[in-house]
Amino acid sequence: MLQALAFYLFSGVLVISAIMVIAARNPVHSVLFLILAFFNAAGLFVLMGAEFLAMILVVVYVGAVAVLFLFVVMMLDIDFTELREGFLEYLPFGAVIAGVLLAELIVVLLAWNFAAGTTVTARPELPPGGISNTEALGRVLYTDYFFVFQLSGLVLLLAMIGAIVLTLRHREGVRRQSVARQVGRTREEAVELKKVKPGQGI
Amino acid sequence: MAPFDIGLGHYLTTAAILFTIGILGIFINRKNVIVILMSIELILLAVNINLVAFSMHLGQVAGQVFALMVLTVAAAEAAIGLAILVVYFRNRGTIAVEDINMMRG
Repeated sequence: MLQALAFYLFSGVLVISAIMVIAARNPVHSVLFLILAFFNAAGLFVLMGAEFLAMILVVVYVGAVAVLFLFVVMMLDIDFTELREGFLEYLPFGAVIAGVLLAELIVVLLAWNFAAGTTVTARPELPPGGISNTEALGRVLYTDYFFVFQLSGLVLLLAMIGAIVLTLRHREGVRRQSVARQVGRTREEAVELKKVKPGQGI
Repeated sequence: MAPFDIGLGHYLTTAAILFTIGILGIFINRKNVIVILMSIELILLAVNINLVAFSMHLGQVAGQVFALMVLTVAAAEAAIGLAILVVYFRNRGTIAVEDINMMRG
């Protein structure tokens, strides 16, 4: 009963905040509702027993992705009222597409059954063997799915390099440190010895 | 699907609704790239909920590994997408999707 209550709370707030993400007038509000949606999705994950993924969701999405969105929205000086034009124009078409899609998904869900021979565990909320979710994930992540793990690291490296390369720019007229010139200096061009007679100055 | 016996179907329904909202967001915010990127994040979140729900229902942890992979790809996609957005705004002074036609022949 308590589980059902928690599920309806989390999923209800999740759906409402997702609607607010796409319907909010101010993109900053959209990002904040996105953060709320991620928190509620993390709650759903905890409810399902995937604690590690829930925490990763909070750390990665709320801590990194949503803050990145917030930075970009606030940094760029964009006239958002202009971008809102056509909202009602596209709404009927989009609603028809979305309605058809949702109806199809629900039909699939209602008509679908597990294939014969699929084993469904009696206690689905716990990983087999009585170990914690994080331990179960760690046991397979570094052994069976090692290449997937490495590949995701590669994807992140690629994204990092790509983002840096895309946004890096050299402005004209900005004085920068040039290590090669610093090292290449010799004593002859840097120091000049003057013979100064006593009492006269230069 | 009994209303107070939470099972796989409930989670799948939630994920389906979330996925549909994401698709709808792409359609109705045709001019705003930032909201389109956020809609894509919502879609990926729906996929993650599906993966974790199946993983828990089948008692196998493999689905969560794939959810982790989807999470990684989503983070990378957001970073690259926003970087492209910043560069585009720097060059053109707007982020309207309809103005992006410089490569049209």
